[in-house]
Amino acid sequence: MAETRSETFTMNFGPQHPATHGVLRLVLDLSGEVVERADPHIGLLHRGTEKLIEYKTYMQALPYFDRLDYTSPMSEEHGFALAVEKLLGIEAPPRAQYIRAMYAEITRVLNHILNLTSYAMDVGAMTPILWGFEIRERGMELYERASGARMHANYFRPGGVACDLPAGLTDRIAVWCDEASAFIVDMERMLTGNRIFRQRTVDIGVIDEEDAIAWGFSGPCLRASGVPWDLRKAQPYDCYADLDFDIPVGKNGDCFDRYLVRVEEMRQSIRIIRQCLQKLPGGPVKVDDHKISPPPRAEMKRSMEALIHHFKLFTEGYHVPAGETYSAVEAPKGEFAVYLISDGTNRPYRCHIRSPGFAHLQATDKLSKGHMLADMTAIIGSLDIVFGEIDR
Amino acid sequence: MTTLDRTLRSFLLTELVSGFALTLKYMFKPKVTLNYPYEKGPLSPRFRGEHALRRYPSGEERCIACKLCEAICPAQAITIEAEPRADGSRRTTRYDIDMTKCIYCGLCQEACPVDAIVEGPNFEFATERRAEMIYSKQKLLDNGDRWEAELAMRQEADAPYR
Repeated sequence: MAETRSETFTMNFGPQHPATHGVLRLVLDLSGEVVERADPHIGLLHRGTEKLIEYKTYMQALPYFDRLDYTSPMSEEHGFALAVEKLLGIEAPPRAQYIRAMYAEITRVLNHILNLTSYAMDVGAMTPILWGFEIRERGMELYERASGARMHANYFRPGGVACDLPAGLTDRIAVWCDEASAFIVDMERMLTGNRIFRQRTVDIGVIDEEDAIAWGFSGPCLRASGVPWDLRKAQPYDCYADLDFDIPVGKNGDCFDRYLVRVEEMRQSIRIIRQCLQKLPGGPVKVDDHKISPPPRAEMKRSMEALIHHFKLFTEGYHVPAGETYSAVEAPKGEFAVYLISDGTNRPYRCHIRSPGFAHLQATDKLSKGHMLADMTAIIGSLDIVFGEIDR
Repeated sequence: MTTLDRTLRSFLLTELVSGFALTLKYMFKPKVTLNYPYEKGPLSPRFRGEHALRRYPSGEERCIACKLCEAICPAQAITIEAEPRADGSRRTTRYDIDMTKCIYCGLCQEACPVDAIVEGPNFEFATERRAEMIYSKQKLLDNGDRWEAELAMRQEADAPYR
C-alpha cells in the first residue's frame, strides 16, 4: 500500500494554554504555520447554571449571574434583574436606575481594561496589564464598598439594588474616573501607535458588516465592523435614554479596530459615569413593595407585618406572574440576554442565557482561516472570550 | 507631506521612544504594591468574609433557629437542627456551614432577623485540610467572640443603609 502523506496536521490549542483566556480547546488543522480550520470545543467549564436556576427562587438565582461572565459581573445581574422586573411589571426607582447604570459602566471599564491589556499581553506587550491591574483593583474597591464583594457582587436586585451607596462613595468614584482616564491615555500611548502591536493586529481576523451580523456578533465586535448597533441606544433600558454618549464605530472589522472601539467605549463609559454622578437623584433604591423587596431592617424588627414579609421573602420568595420575556442588556462583551419563562410559581420555569461570547466564538473558524498560528491569540484576545458565560 | 512625516516618524522610532519614556516615568512613580501579610488593602464595612455567629452582650447566643439562612442559601451550605433548650427557649443544637460550598453572596446575613449569622471582615481562613472547612456551631460562635468588636462596629456603620 502506498504511503499517504497528509498535507495538514491537527493540533490542540488549549485547554490549558493561557492565551485561550480560560478553558477553550481549539482543534487546529495546520498547514505548516497556516491555520486551515479552527474547531472550538467548549463545555469544560459547564456548570449547568440554567438548570440550577430552575430550582432556585428568583432571589437565590441572582448570585449565579455574577459567576457567568466573571469579568463583568454586574452587567449580567442587570440582565436578570430587568427580565424579572419586566415579568413582575415593576420599574426600579430613579436612584436605583442611575446607580445601576453607573455600576454597569464601571463594569464595562473594568472588563475592557482586563480584556485590552491581556489581549496586548497575548501579542507581546507585557507592560499595560501590569498597570491595568492597579486601576482595575481600585475599581473593584468601588464594587466592594457598594456591595461587599470585589467581584461576585450580588448587588443589582429585581426592583432596584441591594442597598444604597455609602456616604462618600460618589466622591471616590469621581476620583476613580480621573484615574481611569489617565490610565487610558497611558495605555494608548503604549499600544495604539506601537508598530509591534499594529503588525500583530491590523488586517488580522477581518470580518465585514454582513458577515458580522450573519454570525450573530454584537457589542464591540459588531461595532468594529461598522454597524452602529448598541442596545443602550437602540432600545434604552433603565435611565440610558437620559444619558448622553456616543457609539464608537470601527471601519475595517479587524483585530485592531476591535481594540480601538473598546478604548473609545471606555472613554464614553467614563463620560456616562460622570453624568450619573451629576444627575444621581435622591430617594429610595428599591421598590416600595415589600412583597418583592425586603423591608428595611429597622422596620422588620419593629413591625409584625414587615417581619412576615421578611420571612415570606426569604423562604418562599415572590411569585412571578406567568409569562415569558427576552430582555437584553448591552454587556461589555455584547448583547447579554435572559430569556425567562415563568409559570406563576416562585421559581423560573426556564431561564435561557444568551451569552455574547458564544456567538463570537463560533466565528473563530471564519476569522482565522488563512492566518498564521500566532494570529490565533490575537483573534481570541480581540473577541473578548470568557468561558464562564460561554459554557454557562 | 503626510508620507514624509510618516516615514520620518517610522525611521526615528518615535512611538517606541515615547513608550519607553512613559515606562521610565512609571519607574520613578511611588510603588503601589502592598507587602501583603504586613500591609493590606482597604476593606469596607460591607465586606463579606468568613462567617460568625454573634452573641448578645449578656453572652446569650442570638440565633433562634428560625432557619431563614438555611432556606435562602443558594448553595445549600448551611445545615441547622434545633430543639427547645432546658429553659424552654428555642435554640440550635447543630449549626454547620460547609465553607467549601459557600459562595459568599451575603444572603444569610440579609435573611437573619436577629443579626446572628454575619459575614465578617476576615478573609484569611485558608486551611490545609478540607475537613477543617466544615464549620461547626462552636467554631462559628468562637469566630463571633473573636471578631465581636469589629462586627458590632461594622453593623453600626452600615445600619442606615440596610
